[in-house]
Amino acid sequence: MTSTGPQPHRLETGGVIDRSRPVDFLVEGAAVSGYAGDTIASALLAGGRRRVGDSIYLSRPRGIVAAGVEEPNALVRIRGECDESMLPATTVEAADGLDVSLLSGIGVLDQRQDPAEYDTMNVHTDVAVIGAGPAGLAAAREAAATGARVTVFEQDFELGGSMLADPTQHIEGVPAREWVEVVRAELEAAPEVTVLARTTVFGSYDGNYLIALEKRGDQFGAPARPGVSRQRVWHVNAARVVLATGAMERTVVFADSDRPGVMLASAVHTYLGRYAVLPGQAVVVFTTNDSAYPVAHALVAAGAAVTVVDARERSVSSPARDAAVAAGLSVRPGSAVVGVDGDAGEAVEAAWVAPIDAAGTPGDAERVSADLVAVSGGWSPTLHLHSQRQGSVHWDDQLAGFVPTGPVGGQFLAGSVAGAYWTEGCLEQGRRAGRRAAAETGHGPAYEAETAHEQPGQSERAARAGTTRQLWIVPGRAEGYARHLVDLQRDQTAADLLRATGAGMRSVEHIKRYTSIGTGADQGKLSGVTTIGILTAALADQVPAAEGSPLTPGDIGTTTFRAPFTPVAFGALAGRCRGDLFDAARTTPAHSWHVEHGAVFEDVGQWKRPRYYPQEGEDMDAAVTRECRAAREGVAFLDATTLGKIEVRGADAPEFLNRIYTNGYLKLAVGKGRYGVMCTPDGMVFDDGVSLRLAPDRYFMTATTGNAAKVLDWLEEWSQTEWPDLDVTFTSVTEQWATTAVVGPRSREVIARLAPDLDVSKEGFGFMEFRDTVLASGIPARICRITFSGELAYEVNVATWYGLKVWEDIAEAGADLDITPYGTEAMHVLRAEKAYPIVGQDTDGTVTPQDLGMDWIVSTTKEFIGKRSYSRRALTEGVRKHLVSVLPVDTSLRLPEGAQLVEPDALGDYTGQSLPVRPIPMLGHVTSSYHSQALGRGFGLALVSDGRNRIGETVLASFGGRFAEVLIDEPVLYDKEGARRDG
Amino acid sequence: MLTIDCPHCGPRPETEFGYGGQAHVAYPEDPSALTDEEWAGYLFYRDNPRGEFAERWVHSAGCRKWFNAVRDTRTYRISATYTSAGPVPAGIVRPRTDVPHPVSKGA
Ligand SMILES: [Zn+2]
Repeated sequence: MTSTGPQPHRLETGGVIDRSRPVDFLVEGAAVSGYAGDTIASALLAGGRRRVGDSIYLSRPRGIVAAGVEEPNALVRIRGECDESMLPATTVEAADGLDVSLLSGIGVLDQRQDPAEYDTMNVHTDVAVIGAGPAGLAAAREAAATGARVTVFEQDFELGGSMLADPTQHIEGVPAREWVEVVRAELEAAPEVTVLARTTVFGSYDGNYLIALEKRGDQFGAPARPGVSRQRVWHVNAARVVLATGAMERTVVFADSDRPGVMLASAVHTYLGRYAVLPGQAVVVFTTNDSAYPVAHALVAAGAAVTVVDARERSVSSPARDAAVAAGLSVRPGSAVVGVDGDAGEAVEAAWVAPIDAAGTPGDAERVSADLVAVSGGWSPTLHLHSQRQGSVHWDDQLAGFVPTGPVGGQFLAGSVAGAYWTEGCLEQGRRAGRRAAAETGHGPAYEAETAHEQPGQSERAARAGTTRQLWIVPGRAEGYARHLVDLQRDQTAADLLRATGAGMRSVEHIKRYTSIGTGADQGKLSGVTTIGILTAALADQVPAAEGSPLTPGDIGTTTFRAPFTPVAFGALAGRCRGDLFDAARTTPAHSWHVEHGAVFEDVGQWKRPRYYPQEGEDMDAAVTRECRAAREGVAFLDATTLGKIEVRGADAPEFLNRIYTNGYLKLAVGKGRYGVMCTPDGMVFDDGVSLRLAPDRYFMTATTGNAAKVLDWLEEWSQTEWPDLDVTFTSVTEQWATTAVVGPRSREVIARLAPDLDVSKEGFGFMEFRDTVLASGIPARICRITFSGELAYEVNVATWYGLKVWEDIAEAGADLDITPYGTEAMHVLRAEKAYPIVGQDTDGTVTPQDLGMDWIVSTTKEFIGKRSYSRRALTEGVRKHLVSVLPVDTSLRLPEGAQLVEPDALGDYTGQSLPVRPIPMLGHVTSSYHSQALGRGFGLALVSDGRNRIGETVLASFGGRFAEVLIDEPVLYDKEGARRDG
Repeated sequence: MLTIDCPHCGPRPETEFGYGGQAHVAYPEDPSALTDEEWAGYLFYRDNPRGEFAERWVHSAGCRKWFNAVRDTRTYRISATYTSAGPVPAGIVRPRTDVPHPVSKGA
C-alpha cells in the first residue's frame, strides 16, 4: 500500500468521501492523493493545486471552475491500454494508479486499437427518471411504489444531486445523506426498478426514446475485464419520462475572471460539502442572487475569511443577505468584482471590488486580498433534453433564466429544471411527477389532469429564489473587454462578441458561428446564457423587444440544443459492431474453395466475392488478363451464387411481370428464359436480369447482386399497393440456389461431362433455354444457357447444400481443359467488351433503356411501368446521353471511372490545374473502364451527350489534372455479330 | 424514434419500417390518356401539408406489408394506422384524382 500524501486543503471531517480508502495516482508524473469518492479535480484541490493547464489559443493560465460536466478548463488525458482524452477532471473518479495528464484545451487521439469491449442495451420502461437529485429520487420512489417499471439515470457516480453539496440538511426529518441511502435501498429492492449511476442520458428523441451512456465502474485503473464491457449505450423506450435534470450555475464575466482561483460558488459548495475540501482561505463571494449565501456561511464554518460582494443594491430586499449581515459576515451590497490580481503562480491573490451603479458601471475599486473568488451569476435550468425534443422555453425575468414553458408530450418536469430552486419544492414536484407518470402507464391511482394551482406558480418560484440581478459582465479597471473571457474552452472574449455585433450579426446562431462561442467540447454549458445576456446588453437599442419593455435574453433566444448532452466515444456508439461484427458478411458455399485458391475478395453489398485469383508472381492485371483469355479461348468458371433470385408465383404472375418489365412475358414458353429491364414510372432503368418460366404460373427471376433486396421490395410494393387483385407472390430464393457460370468455347465439353444425361448440342439446347437434369454426381440441377460475356456459357444452379461439391466437380470436369476460375474483375471486362450495362454503375437513375441503346426491349404494344414517360416532351425533345464505348488514343491508358468528357475546344485556356475560371460544359463521363485482353488495349463505357451521333469523334477525358484524347465508338467492341454465343 | 403501430404486427420501432410518401395517390388508370402535365403531376408532385398527413409505410423488417398512417408533420405524432383495405380515418383529405396537380409553367 502506498501512503497518502499531503492534502493541505482537506478538512478533518465531513464530506461524502471514504477516508478509510485512500487513493494515490499520478498527475503529470507527480503523486496526488485523495480518497474513494473523490474526483481527480477534488483531489487536486485538496492537494492545493490551482493551475491545471493553460487555455487553448491564448495560453492563459486556468484553474478548476466547476464541480461537474460543465467544467471548461480542467480537461485531462488518462493513460491506459488506450488513452482517453478530453475528460473533465471534475467527472472522473479518483482511483489508484491513474496516470493523468493535464491538457491545455485540446486532446490527443490515441491511434492504438481500443481493446475494451463496448456494448448496447435495449430496454422498455414505464417511467424513466433522468437525474437523481431530490426531485428525481422523489419521483422514482413514488413511481416505484406503484409497481411500475422504473429506470433511474444519474450521470454522477453518487446519487443525491444538489443534496451532495449540503449533506447535513434534513430531508423528511433525516440528514440528506441518510435519506438518499434509504431511497436508494428502497429502489434497489424493488424488482422492476433499475438505478443506473454513472449513466448520462445524452439524447432524447421522438416517442420518448432516450439514449444513455453508462460508464461501468473502474474506467481506467484496471485493464479491461473480460466479458464486461467498459461502457454501454442504453436505448430506452420510455412510456413516460420525468426530467429532473436540475440547473447549472452561471458566472459573471469580469476582467481576468478566467484566472485560477475563480470558481462557481456552487462548485465551492460542492467541494466543501461533498469532498471536504476548502479551496481557499480568504474568499470573496461575488453574487447576483441569494443562492451564494449558504456557500458563504459554509465557508465561514470551515474557517475561511469571507467577504460577500453582492451586485444587488442595498434597496433590494434579501432576507438571505440580512441574515448574513446579522451573522456578522462582511457584505458589500451594490458592488462587483471588477478584476483580480494573480500571484507568482498566476492564481488569484486579490480581487478588485467596486460599487456599481444601476447601469453596472463601476466606481473606484478597492483591492481585497483573496485566494478564491466564488461567483454566482444566477441559475439556468438544465433544459438540454427538453429542448432536444423541441420543448418550448421562455425567459423568466424574475428567475433570470430560460425556463421550460411546459413539458413535451409524455414527459414531466420536476425540480430546478422547472425553476423550483428549493429542496422542498423539488421533492414535492418530484413526488407528483412520479405518481402521475406511473398512473399514466396504468400503475397506481389515476389522477385528474394537472390543474394550474397544483404546480408551484411563477410567483412562488420567484419568491423562493429571491431577486437575481441580471448582471452579465462588469467593465474592468482598464478600457476594453479583451481580458473578459466569455467562453473559456474557445478562448472567446466579450471583445470578440462585440466584434460580431459590430459586424452586423444579430442572430445568436450567427454570432455563435462567427465567434465559435459554445462550440467547444462543453457545448457552452457555462457560457451559453451569459453570452445571450451580454448580447442583450450590447444590442439593447438594435433588436426589437416586446412592445413597451426593455430587451431581455428572451428576445435574443437560445441556440439549438442537440445531442449529445456530453461527449460520447465513437467506440461506445459502435458497441459490438466492430471488426467482423461491423456488418453481416455473406459467403457462398464455395467460399472455402476460393480462399484455398488464393482469391482476392471484394465486397459487393454484404457479399464477399472473389475479385481475381492471382497465381504466383501475378498482379491483378496479369491475373485478370489470364482469366479473360481462358473465358474467351478455353473455358472458365465464375461463382454467380450472389445473383439475386426471386420466385414469382401465382395465376397472374405472367400479367404481373408483363407490367413490371418493359418487354413482354405472357408468351414466354415454359422452359425458356428472357432478359428484361424494369423501370421506374419516370422511365428510368431500375434493374435488369433474366427470368425463367418454370411453369405457366411460376417464374424464376434474377436481379443484380447489389440490388436484389430492392427489387423484391419493388415487386411487393406494386403487388400490394397498386395491383392487389393480381394473384401473385414473391419469395427470395437467393440463399437456396448456388450458381456457377461455366463460360467459354469449351464450356460445352465440361457441361457434357458434368451432366451426361443432358443433350448439350447446339440444336438440342438453345440459347436462353434451361433444363432440369441430374448431374453425374446424382445431384439435381437446373442448367441454363445464359451469357454475361458473349461466349458460349451455361449457368449451373443446384441447391445451396451442394454448391461446394458441384463447384469442385466442375473444376475437376474441366481440369484437362485448364478450366480457370475467374472473379468479378474479369467478369466486368468480359461484359463491358460486350456493352452489357451494370445497373447502378453504367446507369444512375437518369438513364432510360433507349439511352442504353436498348429500344428493342421496350414494347410499343403493351402497358408497363414507365411507358407513358417515353412520350413526355422531357424525353422526346432535346439531347439525351447515350451509352457508348470510349477508346483512349494511348492504348495503354486506363481511364479512371468517373472521368469527365469534354469537347477539345471547350477548354479555353484551362490547363487542367486547379479549377477552371468558368465552368466547362461536360459531354458526359466514363462509367466503366478496364484493360481488354481481347482487344489488347484500354477501353471504357461512357454516357455521352448525343453519343450515338458522335461515333468516330475524338473528345478529351479530364482527370487528375490532365487530359487524354479518347475516340467515341459503338458500345459493343467484341464479337459485334454475336457469333460466339452458341459456340 | 417513432413507435409505429403496424396494423398487422402491433407497435414496433421506426427502424423496422420504410417510408413510401403520400398515401392515396393512385396509379393512373390509363396513363396514355393523360397530358404531359397530368402525368408529371402523378410522377413528381405530392402534398406537403403542415399538420396531419396520410402517408404510406411498409413494415420492411417485419411482415413486409404496406399500410397507411396519419402523421402530424409538426409533432410526428401518428394518430392512426390502417391497411389499404381498411376504412380511411375521418377527416383525412385524399388528394383529388380528377384534376391534375398544379404544374408550374416554366419560362
Ligand atoms: Zn407488420
